[in-house]
Amino acid sequence: MMHIQHEAEERHVLTVTVDNEAGILAKIAGLFTARGYNIDSLTVADITDNHSVSRITIVTHGPRSQIDQIHAQLERLVPVHKVVDLTEVGPHVARELALVKVAGIGEKRVEALRIADVFRARPVDTTTESFIFEMTGAPDKIDSFVALMRDLGLVEVGRTGIVAMARGPEEA
Amino acid sequence: MSEERSGASILVESLVKQGVEFVFGYPGGAVLPIYDALFGDERLRHILVRHEAGAAHAAEGYARSTGKPGIVLVTSGPGATNAITGIADAYMDSIPMVVITGQVPTGLIGSDAFQEADTVGISRHCTKHNYLVKDPADLAAIVDEAFQIATTGRPGPVLIDIPKDVQIAMATWSDGPIQRKQRYSPRTEGTPDEIARAVAMLANAKAPVFYTGGGVINSGPRATALLRELQAKTGAAVTSTLMGLGAFPADHADWLGMLGMHGTFEANMAMNQADLIVCVGARFDDRVTGRLDAFAPNSEKIHIDIDRASINKTVPVDLPIIGDCATVLDQMLAEWGTRKGQDLTGWKARIDGWRERKSLAYPANAEAIMPQLAIERLYELTKSKAPVISTEVGQHQMWAAQYFPFFKPNKWLTSGGLGTMGYGLPAAIGAQCGNPDSLVIDIAGDASIQMNIQELGTATQYRLPVKVFILNNEWMGMVRQWQELTYESRYSNSYSDSLPDFVKLAEAYGWKGIRIENESELDAGIQAMIDHPGPVIVDCLVHKETNCFPMIPSGAAHTDMILYGDSVAGTMDDEAKALV
Repeated sequence: MMHIQHEAEERHVLTVTVDNEAGILAKIAGLFTARGYNIDSLTVADITDNHSVSRITIVTHGPRSQIDQIHAQLERLVPVHKVVDLTEVGPHVARELALVKVAGIGEKRVEALRIADVFRARPVDTTTESFIFEMTGAPDKIDSFVALMRDLGLVEVGRTGIVAMARGPEEA
Repeated sequence: MSEERSGASILVESLVKQGVEFVFGYPGGAVLPIYDALFGDERLRHILVRHEAGAAHAAEGYARSTGKPGIVLVTSGPGATNAITGIADAYMDSIPMVVITGQVPTGLIGSDAFQEADTVGISRHCTKHNYLVKDPADLAAIVDEAFQIATTGRPGPVLIDIPKDVQIAMATWSDGPIQRKQRYSPRTEGTPDEIARAVAMLANAKAPVFYTGGGVINSGPRATALLRELQAKTGAAVTSTLMGLGAFPADHADWLGMLGMHGTFEANMAMNQADLIVCVGARFDDRVTGRLDAFAPNSEKIHIDIDRASINKTVPVDLPIIGDCATVLDQMLAEWGTRKGQDLTGWKARIDGWRERKSLAYPANAEAIMPQLAIERLYELTKSKAPVISTEVGQHQMWAAQYFPFFKPNKWLTSGGLGTMGYGLPAAIGAQCGNPDSLVIDIAGDASIQMNIQELGTATQYRLPVKVFILNNEWMGMVRQWQELTYESRYSNSYSDSLPDFVKLAEAYGWKGIRIENESELDAGIQAMIDHPGPVIVDCLVHKETNCFPMIPSGAAHTDMILYGDSVAGTMDDEAKALV
């Protein structure tokens, strides 16, 4: 009898600087599917004045050897300038933005607003029976906030996925 | 000089500027402007194939045998998708290739237009890089970068998809130097520290092996010369992958033969028992390593490779050196200086012991021609001409690798990584274009040869005197062998039923056909093939059920080889069956 084996896995945050050319996102996302790697989240936006370079932040998980392979495979794509494994580099800031819509009246509405204040979530839209809260933070903080809102009339959640950067004065 | 030209004309000028001699292609609606630009142009020779897969493999054969990039030109949609197998093949075997595909006009892209396919999307993961050209003004720079990417670093195929309107539209073209961003610069040299460590490891090794691969061939003839030089100084034994054959002379006292699944006993045992493995331009493919947890368990490993993604991919190594094989070998030779290595007498004696198993010996047969004998005779009768050999994929390919010795690089063209049946005939055609005075032979099987048989017409049209030597055993032999060994001889769909009469087929295409039915006709048949000035098919009927040994069954270790005369169970557990 044969069974599929699983290896111990690690979670890593990678930033990838790329030429902002047609198909680059498909190339990177496709590399992950073609080689059986995982994408937990992926964010991308151009970061230069002339829109020529984009920065992609990828959160992935897999066995250690696979993370190294992902790094190497990304690096050899022609439009990729640089790949940084922030988890490897050391302390880094990882932030995510979420929009959380909550509907309710009376006590629940007051409680939602009170908790939002604790989490430094800001109402960016309001009606007499709903709020949209905007919050930025580490993903687990957003997880906690969303969990608390479930009992208070959570309607929908939108999250950007992580953007991350190494701590300290230098470019990673 | 600067003037307005069409995209098609800029493309042709750019190809000429790159020194392209041959374009292997097939016309169609979306490349008509390019074909019109080629019309009457004497600077490029267009070879009209019979199927686009043939174009891609011919370009591979040309590239592998000359060291220059192969150029493919095909139309949109089916033209491009037919070429994909050859492109994927070149990607796996690191063959420099530039593929030009036509595309529907820019305005129709995405509209499911006639003969539209998402060529850039489809080819994304089987090319080293690809482009969709949106403006003819970009073409000269794109072609220039495409050639750089295809031919430097780890070579590979690069595809340029050109919509029909971009081929027709005008742009300024200048014959001056091309202005473009330099964004591709692979590392080619080892660091002094890496070189020093590598040389120290080599000098201390008591049982060293060079495990060399296609990277040595790709690096050029200098790498081959330097490998031989470094081997002479160190005395290490040398084995090679399928792709690396020819980098080291097969008659050298320290040559172990090919390693891996159908490698020699001495090569696999030496890998298993070595204390140092120096991998030069190879990638620890599963066909080479066998069972990973039992692969070379007692050795330190140095891996020289230009592709960083090949390092630690399947086998963790002690010292990776990212760089070009020739450059790194040169650095190592300089560092080695006048050093003396360890006394390797004991190691050589152990290797001689393994050689005594004579793992390539095969039983004689009075009734039928043994396929191994056919290859040996083919070698004996052609060796004075140093032929270029291509193969298809299967048993005949492994027998060619085992029984046809090579002494120089660029003489051996085979589909290693992708294992593409149908590679050999078009590859031979491409090789003959690049080596018009050489004897070029496709060693084929009866099943494989039918996969691109239409290319017989291409050889006829261009008077290319290629030879096809079919080891005809009326089976997809390797499939039959695996079914015998793993599925208790349940021969599901592996019998080559309804084979054509290859002699008549040859004649129908204007080739000469020769049939060899028994051993007494073997030499004369081969000689007649060599002596005929035009293309020849030899249909050599061989023993039907001969298996290809030695063999490491899938999932087994290097030490678990099956040799001739071993009894074979005919079944395997599910773990082994799950491996390819």
